[in-house]
Amino acid sequence: MHLKLRVWRQAGPTATGAFESYDMPEVSAEMSFLELIDELNEKLIEANKEPVAFDHDCREGICGSCSMMINGQAHGPSRGTATCQLFLRKFVDGSEITVEPWRAGAFPVIRDLSTDRTALDHIIESGGFISAPTGSAPDANLILVPKEVADAAMDAAACIGCGACVAACPNSAAQLFTAAKVAHLNLLPQGQPERWNRVQNMVDTMESYFGSCTNHGECEKACPKEISIDFIALLNKDYLKAQWKNRKLESQRG
Amino acid sequence: MSPRSNISARFDTAPDPLDGRVPPGPIDSKWTDHKFDMRLVNPANKRKFEIIVVGSGLAGASAAASLGELGYKVTLLTFHDSPRRAHSIAAQGGINAAKNYKNDGDSVHRLFYDTVKGGDYRSREANVHRLAEVSVDIIDQCAAQGVPFAREYGGLLDNRSFGGAQVSRTFYARGQTGQQLLLGAYSALMRQVHLGSVKLYRRTEMLELVLHDGRATGVVARDLVTGEIRSFSGHAVVLATGGYGNVFYLSTNAKASNASATWRAHRKGALFANPCFTQIHPTCIPASDEFQSKLTLMSESLRNDGRVWVPKELDDTRTADLVPESERDYFLERRYPAFGNLVPRDVASRAIKREVDAGRGVGPIKNGVYLDFAESIERLGPKAVEERYSNLFEMYERITDENPQNTPMRIYPAVHYTMGGLWVDYDLMSNLPGLFVLGEANFSDHGANRLGASALMQGLADGYFVLPYTIGNYLAPLLGAAPVSTDDTVFAEAESTVRDEIKRYLSTNGTHSVDWFHRELGKIVWDNCGMARSTETLEKALTEIPPLREQFHNDVKVLGDNESMNQSLEKAGRVSDFLEFGELMCLDALHREESCGGHFRVEHQTEDGEALRDDENFAYAGAWEFNGVGAPPTLHKEPLEFENVHLAQRSYK
Ligand SMILES: Cc1cc2nc3c(=O)[nH]c(=O)nc-3n(C[C@H](O)[C@H](O)[C@H](O)COP(=O)(O)OP(=O)(O)OC[C@H]3O[C@@H](n4cnc5c(N)ncnc54)[C@H](O)[C@@H]3O)c2cc1C
Ligand code: FES
Repeated sequence: MHLKLRVWRQAGPTATGAFESYDMPEVSAEMSFLELIDELNEKLIEANKEPVAFDHDCREGICGSCSMMINGQAHGPSRGTATCQLFLRKFVDGSEITVEPWRAGAFPVIRDLSTDRTALDHIIESGGFISAPTGSAPDANLILVPKEVADAAMDAAACIGCGACVAACPNSAAQLFTAAKVAHLNLLPQGQPERWNRVQNMVDTMESYFGSCTNHGECEKACPKEISIDFIALLNKDYLKAQWKNRKLESQRG
Repeated sequence: MSPRSNISARFDTAPDPLDGRVPPGPIDSKWTDHKFDMRLVNPANKRKFEIIVVGSGLAGASAAASLGELGYKVTLLTFHDSPRRAHSIAAQGGINAAKNYKNDGDSVHRLFYDTVKGGDYRSREANVHRLAEVSVDIIDQCAAQGVPFAREYGGLLDNRSFGGAQVSRTFYARGQTGQQLLLGAYSALMRQVHLGSVKLYRRTEMLELVLHDGRATGVVARDLVTGEIRSFSGHAVVLATGGYGNVFYLSTNAKASNASATWRAHRKGALFANPCFTQIHPTCIPASDEFQSKLTLMSESLRNDGRVWVPKELDDTRTADLVPESERDYFLERRYPAFGNLVPRDVASRAIKREVDAGRGVGPIKNGVYLDFAESIERLGPKAVEERYSNLFEMYERITDENPQNTPMRIYPAVHYTMGGLWVDYDLMSNLPGLFVLGEANFSDHGANRLGASALMQGLADGYFVLPYTIGNYLAPLLGAAPVSTDDTVFAEAESTVRDEIKRYLSTNGTHSVDWFHRELGKIVWDNCGMARSTETLEKALTEIPPLREQFHNDVKVLGDNESMNQSLEKAGRVSDFLEFGELMCLDALHREESCGGHFRVEHQTEDGEALRDDENFAYAGAWEFNGVGAPPTLHKEPLEFENVHLAQRSYK
C-alpha cells in the first residue's frame, strides 16, 4: 500500500520543531506501525538524513515505551492497542498519516517523537509501593486475597505507564495512571496499612506535575490496556477519605 | 584425525581447572552454612560502601532495592527511560517455586532435580540447589509487595504446570507475570530512590568497565540524551544487564536488549561461559517477511491446553478444519507419551523443526505447526480457556488477524533466552574481584537449557536473596578504603576509549546502516549456529563473521552527532560488540563436540534424533578468556560434578 507520512521533527529539547512529509509508496499491510518508521528511517539514512528518534522496546504492547500521536490519537485509531501493536492494515491505502510525540507540559520532547516521562516515575516514588523490605514477608498463603479482589487489582495493575492517558487528556492530567496504581495497591489487603498516606502522597505529587482531571474520559479511550475510568472514582473516594481518616484508629472497623 | 583437531588453532586451553568456589558440605546445607560463614558488614558500616548496579530488570531492580534497604549506597544505571521498561516486563507465563501448595509431590529437591536434568547436566549443582531453596521466599516476597498473582476462589494462590515439569509449581499473574514481578521490584526500588539510598540514572548506558589493581571499581557511561561521557566509581560493580539473544537479530527479546555490558567486561578480563547455550522457544508466531523487526512469543503455558499437530500428508494445503482427526499427527504426544505437549523447550523446538523441514509445515509460507485449543475449549468451555489466555489470544489475533478460538494458532521456534553469560562463582562474582553478575547476564543456573518459568525465579533469587548476602562477604575486608577517585587515570583512560570509539563511528561515513549489519550478522548466526549446528555450518559462520565485522568498521553509516539523542550511534556500539561476540558463540559451539540442551550438533544425536551428550569429555562449563579481537581466546574449564543428580540420558518418553 501507499502511505504519506507527516512526522514531527525536532532536533532537541529546546529546538523548534516542524512537520516534515515523507512518501512511503510501497509498504505492506502486514507491517506494524513501528516497522513503518523503521523503514522510513532506513530510507532517510540512505538519503543522508538523520533518522526519526522514537521510543520503543518490547514491540508487544507491554513495556510502555512506544508513544506516538497518530492522526491526533494517542497510539492511533485502534482501541486497546499500543503503537507497536498497530498494523498498517488498519489504515486506508493512499492516506496521509500525521505522527507526533506525546504533547504535555510534563513530558518535554527530547528529540522528534521521544519525550521525557520521568514525572510518572516520581508519582510512583511518592507512594506507589507496599513497604515490604526483602526478607520480611510471611508465607504467601497467609495473606488470603479473594479472587475477585485479586482480579480487580490485576485489572488496575495492567497499566504499562506509557502516558497515553496524559497525552489524550485535554488537561494533560495523569489521573488514570495514578488511579491505576492506587487502586491496584489499595484494593489488596497487603496495601491497607499505607492506604491513606499512599493516595494522599501520590495525588499531591501528581498535581505538582500534571493538570487536573475534569472528567473528559479521553484517557480511558486512549489507554492501550483499557484501564477503566472507574478507578478514578476510587482514587477520588480514597483521596477524600484520606483527608479525615484518623489513622491511629484505623484498626477499629465498623 | 579427530574432527576436534582442526579447530585447535582457534583457541588455547588453560592448564588449570576453574574453581567455582562452592562451599563444602551436603548439598542441602551448603547455602545455610555458607550464609553463616560469610563475613558481615554491620548496619552502620554499610553506608560507607558504594555499589554500582547496571540494569533494572528483575535481577537489577531487586538487587538495587534490597541493597538500598540494607543501607548500602547504590547507584543504578539503565539505558531505559524508566526502570520499569526493562526487558523482564515482557515475560508472560510465570515463575516457579517449590511451594508444593498443590500437594502434588513437589519439593525443593524435586525443583533442584528437574532444573539440573532440564539443563541437560551442564549446570553447577550447588547453585541450582540454592535457587530451588530460595524460590519459596521469592513468592512470599512478591505477594507481600502486592504482586496480584492469580488466586483461587478461597483466596489462596493458584498454580499451573509448565514445560519440563510434572508438578504444578508455576505462579502467574494472568499472561503478564514478568510485568507484575518487575513492577513489584520497581516499586520497591522507587521507594529506595525516594529515600535516597539508591541514585537512579535513566537513559544512561554503561560502555566500559573500569578496573583498578585488578578489581572492578567502576564504569564509564554515556548519557543518551546529552551525550555526556561520565565515570561512576564504587566498591563493587553489579551487572544485571540481561541476555544476548539479539545477536540473532530476530528474537523474542526487546529491541534494545544487547550484550555490550557483559562483552565489554569480557574484554577487560571477565570470562564468558558457554556462549553457545542459547534457547530456542518452541511457541512463537512464525515470521512473515523481510521487514519483520522482532518475533513474538506465545507463552509456553499455552502448551498446557493446546495440542501441537501437523497434517500427516506432505505439502497438505487444506485449512486446519478440513484435515480430519485421523489425518493429523500429534507428533509430540506420539513421540513423548509421558510428557506429551509439555516436553522441554529444546526437545519441542527440534521436533517442530523436523516436521517443518520434512515439508509438513502449515501457514502461507509453510513455516509453522498448529497449536490447537479445540479439545480444551470442548472440555473446559470457551470461557475458561478465554480466562486463561485472553491476552495471548488477543496478541496473536492482532498480529495475524486470526482468532485462536476458531482457528488453531500457528507457531514456530525462535531465539528466546541465553543460558550462557559471564562466568560467576558460587557467590555470583566473576573472576574479576568486585564484579558481580546477576540474572540472564550470568551463566549460572540453567546449564544447557532453561526450564520455563525459571528465568524470573533466577533473576529474583539473585537480586533479592543471594547477592545481598554474598556482596557483604566481598566488601567486609574493604572497610575504610575509599572508592577509587574518578579523577584516577584508570577512569580517564576508559573515558577516552569510549570517546574514540564514538568518534570512529561518527566519522566512518560508510554506505550501510547499523541495522543492515545487524540483520546480516543475524542471518549468519541463525543459519549456522541456530537450532542445529555442525562443523560445516560453524566453520562457515567463523569465516563469514570477521569480514562482516571489518566491513562494519569501514562502511557503517552513523549520521548525527554525539551531543544529542542519537539512536543509530547507540546501536552502533551494540552491533559492534555482537560482531565480536557472535564469533565466540560460534567457536564455543564448534569446540563443544556434543549435543546438550539447546546446543544441538547434528553429528551427535541418538538414532531417533535426540541430543547425545558426551559426559566424559564435556561435563564442564567452558569459560572463555579474551585475548584480543580475532585472536584465539583461552578456554578455562570448570569441571561439573554430579553428586546428587545422577547423570543420565534425558528422556521425556
Ligand atoms: C517474551 C519473553 C517471555 C518470557 N517469559 C518468561 C516466563 O514466563 N518465565 C520466565 O521465568 N522467564 C521468561 N522469560 C525470560 C525472562 O524474562 C528473562 O530472562 C529475564 O526477565 C531477564 O531478566 P534480567 O533482569 O536478567 O535482565 P533484563 O530484564 O533484560 O534487564 C536488563 C537491564 O539491563 C539494562 N542494561 C543492559 N545493558 C546496559 C548497559 N550497557 N547500560 C545500562 N543499562 C543496561 C537494561 O536497561 C535493563 O534495565 C521470557 C523472555 C521473553 C523474551
Ligand atoms: S514498544 Fe513496548 S509497548 Fe510498544
